[in-house]
Amino acid sequence: MSLSVSIRKNFGSFKLDTSFETNEAVLGFLGASGCGKSMTLKCIAGIERPDEGRIVLNGRVLFDSQAHINLRPQERRVGYLFQNYGLFPNMTLEQNIRCGLCREKDADRRERALREIIDQMVLSGLEDHRPSQLSGGQQQRTALARILVNGPEILLLDEPFSALDAYLKLQLETEMKQILREFGGDAILVSHSRDEIYRLCDEVAIMDSGHLLGKGSVKKMFSDPGSRQGAVLTGCKNIEAAEKSGEYEVYVPRWGMRFTTATPVEDHLCAIGIRAHHFRPDVEVNRGRVIFVDETEEPFEWIEKFRYESANENCEPVWWRLAKEAKPQDPPQVLGVAPENIMLLYQ
Amino acid sequence: MDLYPLWNSLRIAAISSVLVFFSGIFLAYYAARLPSAVKGILDVLLTLPMVLPPTVCGYFLLILFGARRPLGMFLAEYGIKFTMTWYGGILAAAVVAFPLMYRTARGAFESFDETLAYSGQTLGLSNTYIFWRIRMPACRQGILAGTVLAFARALGEYGATSMLIGYTPGKTATISTTVYQLWRTNDNEGAFRWVMINVAISAVVLLAVNMLETKQKRVSRRGK
Repeated sequence: MSLSVSIRKNFGSFKLDTSFETNEAVLGFLGASGCGKSMTLKCIAGIERPDEGRIVLNGRVLFDSQAHINLRPQERRVGYLFQNYGLFPNMTLEQNIRCGLCREKDADRRERALREIIDQMVLSGLEDHRPSQLSGGQQQRTALARILVNGPEILLLDEPFSALDAYLKLQLETEMKQILREFGGDAILVSHSRDEIYRLCDEVAIMDSGHLLGKGSVKKMFSDPGSRQGAVLTGCKNIEAAEKSGEYEVYVPRWGMRFTTATPVEDHLCAIGIRAHHFRPDVEVNRGRVIFVDETEEPFEWIEKFRYESANENCEPVWWRLAKEAKPQDPPQVLGVAPENIMLLYQ
Repeated sequence: MDLYPLWNSLRIAAISSVLVFFSGIFLAYYAARLPSAVKGILDVLLTLPMVLPPTVCGYFLLILFGARRPLGMFLAEYGIKFTMTWYGGILAAAVVAFPLMYRTARGAFESFDETLAYSGQTLGLSNTYIFWRIRMPACRQGILAGTVLAFARALGEYGATSMLIGYTPGKTATISTTVYQLWRTNDNEGAFRWVMINVAISAVVLLAVNMLETKQKRVSRRGK
């Protein structure tokens, strides 16, 4: 099971240019809105036509601009879950799911598949309801049932949780994780939420204005995003321009600070990132004297904003995030950062 | 009382509404997906009959289909004559009523959520199925409104009709041309009778639309 994509499309104001492969995994596309994530999914599904390139799914060529191959969406066998689920408002839940069974010619098998999926997705008793009579969660399960019963070779999930409130979101994420595990094939999840991606995906690709900035396992990309945009999208609060000052050392001019790193620094370093929860008063390396300027209380954490003593006057404060019970009586005068927590950013 | 104008008006309005229904939907569907420059030009051409005086439309129709015009002579070879015949009234009414159908249908198609069509396509549903079973039901309100407006307009057509088919009692007379003819010949009572018939038909049509709309609202409210 694999998908390989290499496409280019010019939209005038911005160019989509992506190449990637998936292999038996759930791949997450992480990017700000309008970066081309959904457009990439639409190209895979055949809803949008790339200017050039090639898309191959499980050995089947879906699109090849040179060979003039462009399969219709109907022939691609791609399961596309739209942000608003795309349920047909004039049909009942059962009629909607039957639309997913339009390829099954055998009536017995069709009825069996219908019953099975309705049971599996816990939708029994709702067969005659219209989409507008279903809750957000039921709508999503109906849309997924309709897709799964269609026998897709890949699942494309376009911001599947953005229309839901926070509580329901977490619950549906758990369900989705189960569904993805049972589906077993490749899946691509598009999201601007790093939490969703972290919880649901095996791999993540960082996308910015039509380009992929990097792709790797979720663990790796979150600990070492490699690019400024990647650091921002994975939730890094402290990003500052930096330059190489030694094989294992970087200098941050605006903070007036030098940091030792765990990996060798390359020459084209442009910035470093330090996650807000990686500052520690008890770490003995990369220590700097700090002045606290502000604090914000969150339900379970404090955000302490500080400035290095050696920093420029007009430098934005640095964020330090710590659990409430870990907050010391008196603010510490010195904070350190472990070398492995200095993220080196190259673009 | 000779009821021929009633019958003639109804068949002209009904047949032209059917023609306008399909051609309006067809052109609206394709116009909605054209590049905006082409759409702009097409829009002007297709909407022009709505803003032109109906007599001007009739004039154009005479230029095209007149008995001594190339197209008119060509059609006459096959025994088709749009001038001074009852079915010429269908042409006149259709041309004038078309923009109403076209514009309302286009508005409905443009507000259609295209992701519904996309999800149908990715599921393997044919484009024909998607059009008739998903797009049309979702746009039914606009399309229904357009059809009724077009029918009402076709029923009341006077200007282009009188230019193209004139007034021949028992042959090309419609309600609107009869009203004018009777009034002109000082038969006020007769003119008034036909006026009332016309008002009654229009009222029934509008009432039917209102009932359909409230029924639909009730259904969708139950859906909430």
